[in-house]
Amino acid sequence: MADQHGRKWDRCVADTAIKTATGLGVGLVFSLLFFKRRTWPLFFGSGLGLGMGYANCQHDFRSPYLVHGRIVKEQ
Amino acid sequence: MLRICLRGANATALRTCRRTPPTNLQQHRQYTSGGSSGATKVVATSLLTVGGGVGGTILYAKWDNKFRTAVETNIPYADWLLGLALGPAPQDWERPFKKQTELTQPSSMMEKEVNTPKAKSEKKVKEEAGTAKESSPVPALPAKSIREASAEATHVISAISEVQSVPAPCDTQAVVEECKECHDHKDKPVSAAVHPDEGALRERPVEELATKLAQQDQEEQDAVISISACLEDSLASSAKATLQAIGAQEAALQAITQHTKKLKEAMEAEALSDEKSVQWKDLETALADRTSAVNDAETTTLKANETLDSLRSVIDKFKGLKVSAVRPLILAAEENLHNMMVDLNKVVTKVQSAESEAKIVSQYTELVNEAKQQFQREVSSLTPEIQANWKGLTGKLSADDLNALIAHAHRRIDQLNRELAEQRVREQIHIDAALEQQKLEDQKVLEKAVKTNLQHIKEETRLEQEKKLAELREVMEAEMRTQLRRQAAAHTDHVRDVLKVQEQELKAEADQVLSSKMLELETRYRQLSQEQLDNFTLDMNSAYARLKGIEEAIDSHVVAEEEARKVHQLWLSVEALSYTLKTTNADAPTVPLEDAAQAVRESCQDNDFALALVSALPEESLQHGVYSEASLRARFNSLRYLVRRVALIDESHNSLYQYFLSYLQAALMFEAKQEAPPSLLAWEDLDTFKLLSYASYSLEHGDLELAAKLVNQLRGEARRLAQDWLTEVRLTLETRQIVSLLSAYANAVGLGTTQAQ
Repeated sequence: MADQHGRKWDRCVADTAIKTATGLGVGLVFSLLFFKRRTWPLFFGSGLGLGMGYANCQHDFRSPYLVHGRIVKEQ
Repeated sequence: MLRICLRGANATALRTCRRTPPTNLQQHRQYTSGGSSGATKVVATSLLTVGGGVGGTILYAKWDNKFRTAVETNIPYADWLLGLALGPAPQDWERPFKKQTELTQPSSMMEKEVNTPKAKSEKKVKEEAGTAKESSPVPALPAKSIREASAEATHVISAISEVQSVPAPCDTQAVVEECKECHDHKDKPVSAAVHPDEGALRERPVEELATKLAQQDQEEQDAVISISACLEDSLASSAKATLQAIGAQEAALQAITQHTKKLKEAMEAEALSDEKSVQWKDLETALADRTSAVNDAETTTLKANETLDSLRSVIDKFKGLKVSAVRPLILAAEENLHNMMVDLNKVVTKVQSAESEAKIVSQYTELVNEAKQQFQREVSSLTPEIQANWKGLTGKLSADDLNALIAHAHRRIDQLNRELAEQRVREQIHIDAALEQQKLEDQKVLEKAVKTNLQHIKEETRLEQEKKLAELREVMEAEMRTQLRRQAAAHTDHVRDVLKVQEQELKAEADQVLSSKMLELETRYRQLSQEQLDNFTLDMNSAYARLKGIEEAIDSHVVAEEEARKVHQLWLSVEALSYTLKTTNADAPTVPLEDAAQAVRESCQDNDFALALVSALPEESLQHGVYSEASLRARFNSLRYLVRRVALIDESHNSLYQYFLSYLQAALMFEAKQEAPPSLLAWEDLDTFKLLSYASYSLEHGDLELAAKLVNQLRGEARRLAQDWLTEVRLTLETRQIVSLLSAYANAVGLGTTQAQ
């Protein structure tokens, strides 16, 4: 389990970096194409990507503790 | 999302506020002016409605009990409220009716019982009256006869000898009547529960009987005393009266005889006129005496008769009581009565005869007087001048008068001669007629006398009969006593016999007891001797058994040798297994234990315990082998580093920020590398860092088990990370335990089978 922890971290960081970069890229594109070369789409996109990565990372770390319940219909 | 909702709510609030501020203000303004009245109105109306509702429910509950129960069950404190308002619930109204009906039934039954005793008492009263009437007899007195004074006096004196107080015969009478009634009631159908007295009369236990007899004796004595007293009293009174009567009669008799004598004298004597007048005066006085005496005699006889009547009635009453002890008294009283009556009658007859004589004499005097008067008239008619006393007129008479007188006398003499002749002629006829009359009279008198004598004789015979009856009764009593004595003698004989029989029975019992005791002792003796024999045989048997045992031991040695060999083999295989367990590299696990385990299995084919233990070896260890302690230790150190970093992460705190905090804590936390764990873990010892240091310490000191226990206390992510290590440690521990058990077992068995050489 210990190395699993390490591997999780690796995945997490990689994923976040990729998403941030991707977000930055998309933002750049949108800024260039639709928003008259303003800076805000860049920040928006990168933030979006960072956020998604953060959320994914957190979810990944939480996944052992998440309880999946089902609604059982009364009979 | 929440912020969006909040924003939306705020927007809507703002919108609503923007729309209705003026109206609100207006309303507020209105409220400020008329707000108080409106509020009071509302409060008042609400109170009214609530009160009305409550009151209505209470009233309806009072009227309808089902509604009341429904309200009480459904609304929590309604029963308390309704109880306050209306009183307790009416559940018990049905029971009092039943109670009343039950009460009326027994009361009616009691009334019936009361009525029957009332009727009984009424009947009793009626019967009492009837018997009272019947019991008061009206005896007809027989005709009295004159008796002799001396005999009568002796009788009376004997009767007066016992004088006692006045009795009260009512009690005995009542007792007797009750007994009579009880005998009568046997015929009538009466319910048994109403008359316990009846039952008491029929069923009498011994003690009751004795008391009743004593009571009866007492009563008899009392009755006897009372009766005798009564009798004495009445006898005395009647004796007195009869004495008086007899005395009076005697006096009367005397007077009559005196009078007749005087009359005769007066008639026959030819005395002088003075003496005659004196004689006539005497006669008159005698006559007066006689009449007075006769009257006295009559009154006294009447009184005597009355007293004799009462005495007779008393005697009859006491005869009716049927008390045996009084009979001789009654007999004596009756005799006395009879004698008194006889005497009285005798005296009365005497008086009557004297009276008849006196009558004859008086008739004679009358005739003589008549003749005298006739003669006087004749003489006076002849010689009217001459006075009555013709004897003293000798000198005064003239010759004519004398001649007339003589002629008259001659005529008279002729007449008388003629009458005499006639009389002589008619003499016989007169005599016959007189005789006839006398006969008739005599007959009458005879009849009377016969009747009275007959009655007297009857009385006497009756008295004699009664006397004989009394004698007979005494004889019977004596006989009964002899019979009872005989019975008593028979009873004593019977008792003697019974005692003899009992004696024999007891003797037999004693003999039996003796024989049983003897038997017991004999059996004890036999038992003891038997025991001794048994002991001897036991000793013999034990010696024989020992001999056998020795032989068997020698035989079993051979078997034991075989066993020992087997066990030795087992031990060797177990040793091989433990050796394989020990040989490890630093990091890699050991060789799989499969072969060694197989060897062990082969060496213990018939040993279930060892087989079970071998089969309990975990599969993992068999397939892959186990890690050594050193490798586990090394792993733990790296694990510790990781665990420290995720110390704050558990099920609830597991965000990335929490991870950052946890990392910060690990960086800033400095705990001891190794710390000796206490014997008892407290709550603060369950901190991750502390646990890790404890575990490290125990690992360094070779206590893998304790380290595993401590690591088991980790929670959350730390535990997840340590899970692998923990399972490995468990596996190792398990295998080691089984191997140690096996070796211990092999050692033990080997020791057991080793022989001292």
